[in-house]
Amino acid sequence: MNMLNIKLPGLDLKNPIMPASGCFGFGKEFGNLYDLNILGAMMVKATTPEPRFGNPTPRVAETSSGMLNAIGLQNPGLKHVLKDELPWLNQFNVPIIANIAGSQVEDYVTVAGEISRASNVKALELNISCPNVKEGGITFGTDPDVARKVTEAVKAVSEVPVYVKLSPNVTNIVEMAQAVEAGGADGLTMINTLMGMRLDMKTGKPILANKTGGLSGPAIKPVAIRMIYEVSQAVTIPIIGMGGIMTAEDVIEFFYAGASAVAVGTANFTDPFVCPKIIEELPVLLKKLGYNHISECTGRSWNKHEQFANHRA
Amino acid sequence: MIKNEAMKIVSQQEIAASIYELTLSGSLVSEMNQPGQFVHIKTGNGYEPLLRRPISISSIDKENNTFTMVYRAEGKGTSLLSQETNDTEIDVLGPLGNGFTPEAAISGGTTLLVGGGIGVPPLYELSKRLTKLGVNVIHVLGFQNAATVFYEEKFQALGETYITTVDGSHGTKGFVTDVIDKLSDSYTTIFACGPTPMLRALESAYKETKEVFLSLEERMGCGIGACFACVCHTAEDPTGFHYKKVCSDGPVFRAGEVVL
Ligand SMILES: Cc1cc2nc3c(=O)[nH]c(=O)nc-3n(C[C@H](O)[C@H](O)[C@H](O)COP(=O)(O)OP(=O)(O)OC[C@H]3O[C@@H](n4cnc5c(N)ncnc54)[C@H](O)[C@@H]3O)c2cc1C
Ligand SMILES: Cc1cc2nc3c(=O)[nH]c(=O)nc-3n(C[C@H](O)[C@H](O)[C@H](O)COP(=O)(O)O)c2cc1C
Ligand code: FES
Repeated sequence: MNMLNIKLPGLDLKNPIMPASGCFGFGKEFGNLYDLNILGAMMVKATTPEPRFGNPTPRVAETSSGMLNAIGLQNPGLKHVLKDELPWLNQFNVPIIANIAGSQVEDYVTVAGEISRASNVKALELNISCPNVKEGGITFGTDPDVARKVTEAVKAVSEVPVYVKLSPNVTNIVEMAQAVEAGGADGLTMINTLMGMRLDMKTGKPILANKTGGLSGPAIKPVAIRMIYEVSQAVTIPIIGMGGIMTAEDVIEFFYAGASAVAVGTANFTDPFVCPKIIEELPVLLKKLGYNHISECTGRSWNKHEQFANHRA
Repeated sequence: MIKNEAMKIVSQQEIAASIYELTLSGSLVSEMNQPGQFVHIKTGNGYEPLLRRPISISSIDKENNTFTMVYRAEGKGTSLLSQETNDTEIDVLGPLGNGFTPEAAISGGTTLLVGGGIGVPPLYELSKRLTKLGVNVIHVLGFQNAATVFYEEKFQALGETYITTVDGSHGTKGFVTDVIDKLSDSYTTIFACGPTPMLRALESAYKETKEVFLSLEERMGCGIGACFACVCHTAEDPTGFHYKKVCSDGPVFRAGEVVL
């Protein structure tokens, strides 16, 4: 019996495990390591209308049980993604979630309109929460009205369901979630990275050329769990959870908090085989915990035992 | 092909001040074909340090299924690694990147190998390959001081070797370029690995007259080309969006290919 299949808007997942955007490129490199067909889905690198080089290096800095990154949304641009990257991914039986970014509403609309028509793109992930770009990015993710407007604009042009990626760099995450739900979002993905900084012992200066960067990895997991716990009780749309997942146990904790699927980011750097390992370990862990299906775990932290089976395939 | 293996420590010893030579054995060695490639090593257990550490392959011994690295124990990860003892297993991902092409040197001709500090190790396998191909090698190796000099005899056994130290406590006082400026112009090719200022100096002085290959260093996330942590601009498009990744397009580039 399949214990892991999950249905979400636009997404028919054989399992709820997918690499997070920006940590897996467009799949090619990891495709040399293992068969990508085993993945539930794939969140590909943020795409902007035009190619972007991103920030100067150093772009990454290690932190206690985590890392900072300030890649700056480097990507080859919409045309190249449509012509090269997405067609290459067509050989896999894996739904693609296209992460889209921009510095103004029109950018999101341009990318969404075109990329949502690619045959293997089954959902969009609106990155309104990148802390590493000067204009746009984070302002879309911290002002509820702006977030709702960009969601509405993208919904109006997208051929596929739209998930909005929330920034943890806000005082009231529930307010943000409800704003994008009101804007028509089909789902939420959370959390993006937390803004942080590291200084060099010798020079006293920031290690990252961009000075600040986004914190990810196990260090941010408790923040992600708390935010998903709060948001999942305040909205009716499903959540794809992320932030520090390293193990199958972490996945279950995200489900308990209220997630219906999860994405794995930074862990791919520590162990490039982490996604296949988690997918293999999950059924064993679920059995050990006495569940028949992973959907039984969703919202267990706040739900009454009888109430769920939501989003079950 | 890139593989991930728990490789066994055959030996580990401190060969100079805070400089460790580590030999590992495992089937991953059969994938190692090019000098200048590197491996990505998980140090310690658990989530700290979280990221792998990129370390160059210093020599490859296919017969015994072993390879050797030489690294400086400095920060958290490399210090942990230096405490590991024989028979412990080390989590290795590799071989990664594109290394030096010994074939670019001319058999019977002379080639200059320039290393700075922890940039010296990958030149050892390269020099072995070059001498096997019948290339004369000259080594110019720069260190901080006498205490941190390593592999001097090993390089001497392969060809002419000059050592520089910043404080003059061993060899010539100064930088590698102080020695190179005085060498006769007999070589056609330069292979170099070391700090960026050293690579820049070599590039600007010899790009026009010699074939120059440089091995770059950059902070890494994935090490396999997926995260865009380690990119640099191409020389043709120094402010545009064309790029090379140090981890997967490099770490070795022809001088003039990327912006240092
Ligand atoms: C392709 C390549 C080959 C290398 N080969 C060797 C070698 O043969 N021998 C050797 O001693 N060193 C080598 N280095 C440098 C080595 O990777 C760093 O010294 C090491 O990562 C520092 O880790 P740490 O735990 O000592 O320091 P920490 O301060 O704990 O490191 C913190 C973070 O910064 C990164 N970092 C710090 N310094 C560097 C650096 N100079 N380059 C890249 N990342 C860095 C670490 O990887 C880690 O992610 C190489 C680097 C690269 C990119
Ligand atoms: C190197 C790096 C690049 C990232 N790039 C993107 C991106 O392009 N778009 C995006 O929405 N999130 C990006 N993220 C955020 C991740 O998708 C994820 O939300 C975050 O890292 C938390 O998960 P983790 O702790 O499992 O990494 C990036 C993260 C890292 C570490
Ligand atoms: S380190 Fe990830 S792309 Fe080079």
